[in-house]
Amino acid sequence: MTALTVRLRTYRPQRRYLPVLAALALLVGAYGFGAVRYPAFGSGQVVLDIFIDHAFLLVVAVGATFVILTGGIDLSVGSVAALSTMASADLLQHKGWPAYAVIPVVLALGALLGFLMGLVIHYFEIQPFIVTLAGMFLARGLCYTISTESISIDNPTYTAMAQTPITLGAGLHVSPSVVIALVVVAIAWYVLHFTRFGRTVYAVGGGERSALLMGLKVARTKVSVYTISGLCSALGGVLMAFYTLSADPLGAVGMELDAIAAVVIGGTILTGGSGYVLGTVLGVLVLGIIQTLITFDGTLSSWWTRIVIGVLLFVFIALQRLIARRAR
Amino acid sequence: MNDTAEILRMTGIRKRFPGVTALDGVDFRLFPGEVHALMGENGAGKSTLIKVLTGVEGVDAGSIELAGAAVAFAGPDQAQLAGVSTVYQEVNLCPNLSVAENILLGREPRRFGRIQWSRMRKRAEELLARLDLRIDVSAELGTLSIAVQQMVAIARALDVEARVLVLDEPTSSLDAREVEQLMAVLRALRADGMAILFVSHFIDQVFAIADRMTVLRNGKLVGEYRTSEITQVELVTKMIGKELAALDEVSERSAATGPELVATDGLARAGGIEPFSLTIRRGEVVGLAGLLGSGRTELARLLFGADHADHGTVDIDGRRVQLRSPRVAMNQGVAFCSENRKTEGLIAELTIRENIALAVQAGRGWLRPLSRRRQLELAAQYIEALDIRPADPEAVVGTLSGGNQQKVLLARWLATQPRLLILDEPTRGIDVGAKAEIQRLVATLSADGMAVLFVSAELEEVLRLSHHVAVLRDRKVVAQLANEGLTPEDIMATIADGGRS
Amino acid sequence: MIRNLATDRGRGPAALTKHRLFWPAAALIALLLGNLIVSPRFFAVEIRDGHLYGNLIDILRNGSPLILIAVGMTLVIATRGIDLSVGAVVAVSGAVACVELGSTSILLAIGAALGLCLVLGAWNGWLVAGLKIQPIVATLILMVAGRGLAQLITGGQIVTVQNGPFLAIAGGYLLTLPLSFLIAMAVYALTSLVVRRSALGLLLESVGGNPEASRLSGLRSGRLIWLCYVFSALCAGVAGLIISSNVTGADGNNAGLWIELDAILAVVIGGTQLTGGRFSLGGTVIGALLIQTLTTTVYALGIPSQETLLFKAVVVTVVCLVQSPAFRAKLVKRRRRPESPAVAAQPEKVEVAS
Repeated sequence: MTALTVRLRTYRPQRRYLPVLAALALLVGAYGFGAVRYPAFGSGQVVLDIFIDHAFLLVVAVGATFVILTGGIDLSVGSVAALSTMASADLLQHKGWPAYAVIPVVLALGALLGFLMGLVIHYFEIQPFIVTLAGMFLARGLCYTISTESISIDNPTYTAMAQTPITLGAGLHVSPSVVIALVVVAIAWYVLHFTRFGRTVYAVGGGERSALLMGLKVARTKVSVYTISGLCSALGGVLMAFYTLSADPLGAVGMELDAIAAVVIGGTILTGGSGYVLGTVLGVLVLGIIQTLITFDGTLSSWWTRIVIGVLLFVFIALQRLIARRAR
Repeated sequence: MNDTAEILRMTGIRKRFPGVTALDGVDFRLFPGEVHALMGENGAGKSTLIKVLTGVEGVDAGSIELAGAAVAFAGPDQAQLAGVSTVYQEVNLCPNLSVAENILLGREPRRFGRIQWSRMRKRAEELLARLDLRIDVSAELGTLSIAVQQMVAIARALDVEARVLVLDEPTSSLDAREVEQLMAVLRALRADGMAILFVSHFIDQVFAIADRMTVLRNGKLVGEYRTSEITQVELVTKMIGKELAALDEVSERSAATGPELVATDGLARAGGIEPFSLTIRRGEVVGLAGLLGSGRTELARLLFGADHADHGTVDIDGRRVQLRSPRVAMNQGVAFCSENRKTEGLIAELTIRENIALAVQAGRGWLRPLSRRRQLELAAQYIEALDIRPADPEAVVGTLSGGNQQKVLLARWLATQPRLLILDEPTRGIDVGAKAEIQRLVATLSADGMAVLFVSAELEEVLRLSHHVAVLRDRKVVAQLANEGLTPEDIMATIADGGRS
Repeated sequence: MIRNLATDRGRGPAALTKHRLFWPAAALIALLLGNLIVSPRFFAVEIRDGHLYGNLIDILRNGSPLILIAVGMTLVIATRGIDLSVGAVVAVSGAVACVELGSTSILLAIGAALGLCLVLGAWNGWLVAGLKIQPIVATLILMVAGRGLAQLITGGQIVTVQNGPFLAIAGGYLLTLPLSFLIAMAVYALTSLVVRRSALGLLLESVGGNPEASRLSGLRSGRLIWLCYVFSALCAGVAGLIISSNVTGADGNNAGLWIELDAILAVVIGGTQLTGGRFSLGGTVIGALLIQTLTTTVYALGIPSQETLLFKAVVVTVVCLVQSPAFRAKLVKRRRRPESPAVAAQPEKVEVAS
């Protein structure tokens, strides 16, 4: 007994993993709670459904993770995602482009928007908040210039992506979008942890001046993260088009908040320099599981989701404050 | 030593910033296998010279040769590639990354673009072993002590094929044992043929390690000396120089001073100033003399509650007080003019009137405003008393000259009618006329019974005004002298020998 | 000497105000004139049913919630802060008022709505001033949770109201002018009065202009900053009442959607920098009117109203670029020295001549 206590006490997770572990504990707790209360909740498909329903959010949040790790913020992600679905739908339905030409074009468009915002942020030293706000207006405005009505998509490639399940055996299945989202997560994880660019992202978040004096390529890194965020948002928009098979100029409103919330709940610190892309996956899952729990409950209304997310945001931000204060 | 060719030669370096000439025709040379100290008071141009060398700033005139080839670095990264590595005063690393990354980021071992973490850790361990440091290289840098962080910064500097190592005040946050460790490392590197440029305010350290020193003053070269051929007193004299401008004689200091106003006992703050006990009487001017970095400002800030003391007590007017915040000190009648007018003093975008009224208004809270008429009266009173120009209370403070800004800051505090006025470098960077006016004002105020703590790097000024002088060196009060016939030479000798005689 | 001061007093602030409000005012006038050229009837104001009627009056009437919120936001931004939660607070305020109107009198309903807004503002202020969380992050919490709260209050329904006095908040007229605009102007005038007559304005500008210097002047900034967030929430609460009165109901999802961004924009256009310090309430009002005119213009031109967003994007970009010191420095450098030295312009190039 004493030996066990000693061993337990000697295991101290590193401080930087604490927020991620907290998110994991929350996720496991919420899942356990759901599984005990609702028998249907325990089936693995519930978890997979969360992935299916939130694949696009996951991709967008991965992009936002890059930006937030450098200490920036990107408010344009929702609008850029919406623009990408609108552009896809327009090119497919009205211009008759083939899907394999449309997808690269909208991805390039998202990346270009991000790249431009990155340039303005870095070279004109304007707060990312306000630049990406302008970007948000711009992208949303462009949505409306394409169409003020929603457009439904009947392109065979898109419908195939939407309706072909990938079976995993034991009655479980995911959509192709989930696979794409997980590939994006894997690439992001590899880039952040095994490339010089990825480590420079962390270095910029830890201290831009220091990174500059260390001889790192700060300018290139900062512009790149916004480009990546734009690219991820556009890809998220494409996945959203797969998911809904329609495009709405009012789509993905408030998605930037969900993305930021997922990143923060996943343990990434909003001042930059600390966090993990796997934490962001956990953050998205936490958001998803809360929604699922509330749906399962039946008596709770959907707006509780937002309230609970707000409370979680507060708890996690306060936790970050506490850790930061203890570190000093 | 002279038979080896110099590795670095800077000739006729000139650098102007808007309003100031930071470097004016400075020459500097550095040989392999030597530690060369760059000495000078604050504002002498040491940091600018280092920035010019490492490519942070461009030069307006002059040339830099590295191993005989002319170079002009466009940034620190280029300087590093060419073999000039720098360790800055504040550790300029990323606290959120691991030790290994901080040492190797930007040139980490990679294969097909993939960072090889195990090789990276091994390499970092090897580099730290060179500095006789064995720590977990995957630990987050921010969790380690400042001393270790400094070592990591040096390890980073060494990893490149460094031929020139620049250390900008590397010891300012280290304790004695850590300094010794660093010195040992520097000696070992010197033995390997490294050329080391070393900047420090700690005279003992410079004499312990440097082979040669170059002294700058006001952006100009004073000279280059071998450590063995110069004494500490001579060095201090050369750094401080002589005040050239003749100032009016300040009226006689009032002889008699009143009862004790402030008394500290063992007041101290880790990393700022070691325990000191100081008393200041009403109507007395106490001068703080010492080089920059000797703890003058840190001492003054403790008395104002701008920083928190770790140890010791303060009594004001015989009552024990806890100076938790500037507001508490203000309520006790303490006022503090910071040496950094821009960052800690004035609100540049506000007007003269608003800046002068600020401290009084802060004391009253926002619900009891000074009427605009009262503000204008205050402004008019001090504009006249201190001859602030332009004499327009609505002029924006950021547009004023340095001397007038200083007067506005002074006016803000005089308006609170303090009992103790702390002036940190009130005459730095202002013209001679304004300087004389401020000195005269200090004499008048003390004659009227105000206690003044006067901090200045200019010894003549301190001696002209002070009844008592506390001498600081290396973050310690090393002597407290009554100003009876003291000369600048006495003070310099005290600084140089650390009050040992 | 004193006589000199007296004349300076008259000249100084007047010259300053003119300078600071010149560009936003010029932009507003230019936009209005543009409208006049496109549709000569744009300025036409007529009297119908005893009150004024016309495009200009519409701008004043529809712009009043934005003016209110932007006035509150100005004080927050002056302290180097930002309040993202105002849109959510608008929704909460409208929700409480409309739900309470079902059971109590109008005064109690309004009191309950504004009371809750004060609590929400106090919460924001506590996060920023007490816990010292960055303002963007701190107010993000309520921005996310607030709309959920609003829907919780309304039970997820769009609650409609028929109460005459309540509907008069947005629809009523006093002395021929829209009541909502008069409310906004009253809040603006009162705020200006309090801020400039008390020491609040001076202290806020100090805190925003140089926080460390303010601390060393004995200023206790915490309480002041807290107060700004409370005030901002109160303004948003009043705006929420106007908005829900205007649409005769409370819509937790859409009431005040994105108005925080418009308000920030109005403040920035009005000449108050996001980095804090000097602020101009008058400029903010002009900024808010400019945005409202833009919306009305787009509508009058027959462009789909949603496309105002494109114009806003352009306006934000231009205003921010003009305010950015880095941008101005680069512009000046280019103009003065066409071939700037390689060192400054191309930080990634090295010249090693042997």
